[in-house]
Amino acid sequence: MRDQHLWTWHIGAGAVILVLLGLHMTIMHLDTILPLAISTPQGGKPIDWLNVVERGKDVFFLVTYVLLLGAALFHGFYGLRNILFELNPGAGTKKTLNGLFLAAGFVLFAVGTWAAWAGFTVARGA
Amino acid sequence: MIENKGRPNRLGLKGWLGGGRWGFERYLYTLHRLTGLGLLAYFVLHIVITSSRALGEHAWARAMGSVTGPVFRVGEYLVFAAFAFHALNGIRLALVELGFAIGNPIEPVYPYRTSVDEQRPLAIGVMIFAAILAIVGGIGFLK
Repeated sequence: MRDQHLWTWHIGAGAVILVLLGLHMTIMHLDTILPLAISTPQGGKPIDWLNVVERGKDVFFLVTYVLLLGAALFHGFYGLRNILFELNPGAGTKKTLNGLFLAAGFVLFAVGTWAAWAGFTVARGA
Repeated sequence: MIENKGRPNRLGLKGWLGGGRWGFERYLYTLHRLTGLGLLAYFVLHIVITSSRALGEHAWARAMGSVTGPVFRVGEYLVFAAFAFHALNGIRLALVELGFAIGNPIEPVYPYRTSVDEQRPLAIGVMIFAAILAIVGGIGFLK
C-alpha cells in the first residue's frame, strides 16, 4: 500500500481514537468531575472488579475496545515508523522495521482482542 | 507520510528536537512526537496489564494492585495530559493539512509573508483548550 494511503488511514485512525479514547478517559478517569452511571454502575471506583464486569457485559464496550485497539495500534506504530524512517535508514533496515512493527501490531491486537472477548464471556457468565 | 525524496535528515535527533527559527509550531511538532511515543509505550503496557481481566477477579486485583500508589497516579495524570495535548494538536494538524486556517494564497511579493502567521491563532487557541482540559483533568485526578 502506498504511503499516501497509509497516511490517510493514520489520520482516520486518529479521528477514531479521538472519539473512543475520549470516551474511555471520561468513563475511566474523569468520573469524579463528570460522573456517568456507566463509570461506576456498582458504586466505588471505575476499575473495581464489579464495575469492570458490569461494563464488560455490554456488547458496545466489546466492539469499541477492539475498534480502539486496532486504531490505536495502527496509529501508534505507523507514527513510530515515520519517525524512524526520517533518519533515512537503508532499505534492509526499513524492511526489518516494517516487519517488526507489523508483527508487534498483530500480536498485541490478538492479545487485546482475546482479552476483550474473554472478558466479555467472563462478565456474561458472572 | 509522503516518501522523503529530498534532503535527508542529516541532523538526526537534533533535527527532531530543535525548533531553530521555525517558531512555536515547530516545538508543538516536537512535543507531538514526544507525547505520541509516551502514549504508545503506555498503551502497550496498558494492553498487557488490563488483559488480566480475562483471567478473572483475582488476576485483575493482582494486576491493579501492581500499579497503585502516588507514582502511578502521577504517571496516569501525565498520560491524560499527553492525551489532551496530542489529541488537540492532532486536530490542528489535520485541519492545517486539509487546508483550513492557513489563509488564502497570495502573490509572493517581497517582503514575503508566511502562512504560519495565519495558522498561529489556531495553534494558540488549541493550546489554550488543551491546557484547560489538562487542568480540569488534573482536578479530577486529585479528587
